[in-house]
Amino acid sequence: MGQLLEVERLQVAFRTDQGELISVDEVSFELGAGETIAIVGESGCGKSVTSLSIMGLLGAHGSVKQGDIRFNGETLTDSSKDQLRRLRGSDIAMIFQEPMSSLNPVIPIGEQIEESVRLHLKLPRKEAKALAVEMLGKVGIPRPEAISKEYPHALSGGMRQRVMIAMALVCQPKLLIADEPTTALDVTIQAQILELMKQLQAESGAAILLVTHDLGVVAEMADQVIVMYAGQVVEATDVYTLFRAPQHPYTQALLKSIPRLDEHNRARLPAIPGAVPSLQQMPAGCRFHPRCPAASERCEQEQPQLMSAGEGHRVRCWIAASAEQERVDYAAVEATA
Amino acid sequence: MTKLESLETRHGKQPLETRHGKQSLETRQNKQPLLQVERLKTYYPIRSGVFSNGSGRIKAVDDVSLTMYEGETVGLVGESGCGKSTIGRSIMRLENPESGRIIFDNEDITRYSQRQLKPVRTRMQMIFQDPYASLNPKIRIYDTLAEPLIVHKLARRSEVQREVDSLLNLVGLPRSSGSRYPHEFSGGQRQRIGIARAILFRPKLIVCDEPVSALDVSIQAQILNLLQDLQDELKLTYLFISHGIGAVKQISTTIAVMYLGQIVELAQTEELFRNPKHPYTRLLLNAHPQPDPTLRMHKKMIIHGDMPSPADPPAGCRFHTRCPYAQERCRKEEPRMTAGRHAVACHYPLA
Repeated sequence: MGQLLEVERLQVAFRTDQGELISVDEVSFELGAGETIAIVGESGCGKSVTSLSIMGLLGAHGSVKQGDIRFNGETLTDSSKDQLRRLRGSDIAMIFQEPMSSLNPVIPIGEQIEESVRLHLKLPRKEAKALAVEMLGKVGIPRPEAISKEYPHALSGGMRQRVMIAMALVCQPKLLIADEPTTALDVTIQAQILELMKQLQAESGAAILLVTHDLGVVAEMADQVIVMYAGQVVEATDVYTLFRAPQHPYTQALLKSIPRLDEHNRARLPAIPGAVPSLQQMPAGCRFHPRCPAASERCEQEQPQLMSAGEGHRVRCWIAASAEQERVDYAAVEATA
Repeated sequence: MTKLESLETRHGKQPLETRHGKQSLETRQNKQPLLQVERLKTYYPIRSGVFSNGSGRIKAVDDVSLTMYEGETVGLVGESGCGKSTIGRSIMRLENPESGRIIFDNEDITRYSQRQLKPVRTRMQMIFQDPYASLNPKIRIYDTLAEPLIVHKLARRSEVQREVDSLLNLVGLPRSSGSRYPHEFSGGQRQRIGIARAILFRPKLIVCDEPVSALDVSIQAQILNLLQDLQDELKLTYLFISHGIGAVKQISTTIAVMYLGQIVELAQTEELFRNPKHPYTRLLLNAHPQPDPTLRMHKKMIIHGDMPSPADPPAGCRFHTRCPYAQERCRKEEPRMTAGRHAVACHYPLA
């Protein structure tokens, strides 16, 4: 198919004391080599669960209940633990929000990078060491030779995240999954890390799946964007269309609720009323309808599918879809006339 | 009956166009300041090892002066470790300042004892980043809000119920919330409870320490709006501490930018964003990712390196190690804050 990663109608369930909970439902997307796709949404929308399910890291209680995840033509959802372990760290790498919790506090960082190199690239110790130091230099760590002997606690948050990126990219993965990679960092350090990710992506040609809550980071990094709400994809399109002409009322409201630095007025922010529904109490019909300013009777009763809203643009909304249908019909009438 | 009730009827109905701007400039010139912080220094001892004998000290706040007037919102913005929270905690006297003065409501509270502080703290309150950590998980919301009213004799027993109800209403929570426990609420709702707890004394000043940083964007907007409404209704003055430039811009009338324990630039919000004078301010604003992908082509100015340790700040201008415009003088001579409405501490301020 040519796509590096294909996720099709993914459904993820977790076993809990209150029975089975569907955390992610009907998530589909594709990612080509060298592309960046961002999954954006608020806490609990299922964006992290989606990314963890690709890596097979859902834990003992979670599982992919339905749907397919294909990487490089291989179906990951059928893969054995061994096969997944071989992929992780070599073809697919991941960086997380809090680097300290992903680094071993009692092993020097250089050795931690070497381990991955020796395991996946089967290089002897000496070469692995040289490669680790080279990689630390590439991610902008000063005096890489000396720093490689340091323990994680001796480094700042930004430096630790650079170490994580070095570790993730040292085996030249085809896909990098970055789950809130800059959320714990200060804004000036965030700018450094985002720049570094872009530069390394240009060099290595890796695809990036970026999970974030920050629409500013999305605007900075992504080619394609999927917006998630309450476990579902509500809108998917390219980054320029998303910010110029968002179709889903949730996306529209989310964009309006961000304080802008380039506008000078202190009017009230248009907030979204209410709160995200809990997994146990998903509303019937469209999951956004209790908070939606445009909700109709149909929205309360019938759950919308992801529908086309123009070239490469899909929206899970009855209102946006019917507007698009009208536009298509009108164009057809025009063409025949 | 109570002041709350009359407020509550007006709540949310007032037009908000007349907020701040010019108005606050006038108040600045005519009124007595509500809070004056003069050359405040707050240091923390560095504890290392078992036989620690205070080998050094973190200069969390190092010579900061700040004046606040009634009805203003002063935003304190900066990156982690710049000392913004320590300023807030020093003003609340949760920390003991090393030197300097804190004059609140015409009282010098710098060396007040805990007993002396008790009545002062009904006039200054604090809202925290994580309201869950400041709410007792075993106590119903009703009791959390009723207890201070009773202890400080702010309401008669017979009136407490009504008072709590109107407080809940004021912060946009249903009356029924009173009978629930903190864990039953979402993050945004808990912050509303934190706000209700802070306003129940009718304070003059509220120190808001990262009140929206842990919240989702859409909820963040709700809480910022609530804070603005309450400020209009209750004539509150806020010290709004945050690393989120967007939130600070939204709510503040004046903004102070901090770097490594000091204020480096202080100006009215619009002025600061239109015309940032300190290189750090400009780089900070520039680093904030805008929700507009067409801007990504613009060449970003990136600050290199990390913030130096506040235990051993660089000589001269503290920003010189990371400043793209640093000159010889910046390495040697510490710049002083200029006077005037747009104050900056830089030898070579940007045009």
